Amino acid sequence: MSEETQAKAPETSANETPQAASGPGPGSGSGPAPRSGGRPGGRPSGGPGGRGKFFRRKKVCKFCTEKIDAIPYRDVRLLQGFVAERGKIVPRRLTGVCTKHQRRLTRAIKQARNIALLPFATRH
Amino acid sequence: MSRLYEVMFIVRPDAAEEDIDKLIAGFSENVTKGGGVVKTVEKMGRRKLAYMVRKFNDGFYVLLTVEANGAVVLELERRLRVTEPVIKFITVRIDEEEKRLAKVKALRGVRRSAAVPAPAQAAAPAAVTEPAAEVAEAAEPSAV
Repeated sequence: MSEETQAKAPETSANETPQAASGPGPGSGSGPAPRSGGRPGGRPSGGPGGRGKFFRRKKVCKFCTEKIDAIPYRDVRLLQGFVAERGKIVPRRLTGVCTKHQRRLTRAIKQARNIALLPFATRH
Repeated sequence: MSRLYEVMFIVRPDAAEEDIDKLIAGFSENVTKGGGVVKTVEKMGRRKLAYMVRKFNDGFYVLLTVEANGAVVLELERRLRVTEPVIKFITVRIDEEEKRLAKVKALRGVRRSAAVPAPAQAAAPAAVTEPAAEVAEAAEPSAV
């Protein structure tokens, strides 16, 4: 899903020079903008995250493309693809999952952790 | 007001098979006595646990799908907590999820049947989802 990119001028934030480049801005959470990653300042987003010059190929959400509706906590194999080696949940800017599914995924992973299907942390 | 719940619990590995069956029977009886219905019982078998629970490294997983009201489930949980062989349990409410899934499936079914006879009719979103729906139909039984 295309986020940020440019053209978010309508905000009346004082200190924003209109999208000079990416680059972590003063990190002011954009005032009234409800959209996620509206401006590149200090907000990790899909595409060029932070100060990326290279354009990351648009990762698509695996669940949206395969139309998987429910993410059950029992499906360990599915969940393991989104859990790092140490057991941490991988952020969605790396996996390309969309927000809706990331939330459900997180919930499922935490449920699975509670029932000892996934570890809380590995490599003691 | 009956809701659909999914209860998964782990029985300690050194419990005998028939003990586990007895436990399941006991819980099911509890549910039915409280006016609920046990939809499915699935013994998922022995699995290695992701971390040590009460000094055990593996356990016997059991999955129950129960349709009951809240009080019955509360009682069931209380029993699970008290029963010695059960080392962990989790209760998940799934009726809202099922409703949502049913709605999505119905929507997809409508879209497909609407797209097939009249491909041009308001088909901008439908046509896009239509080939994907084909894939989904095949993937659906295996995905969920």
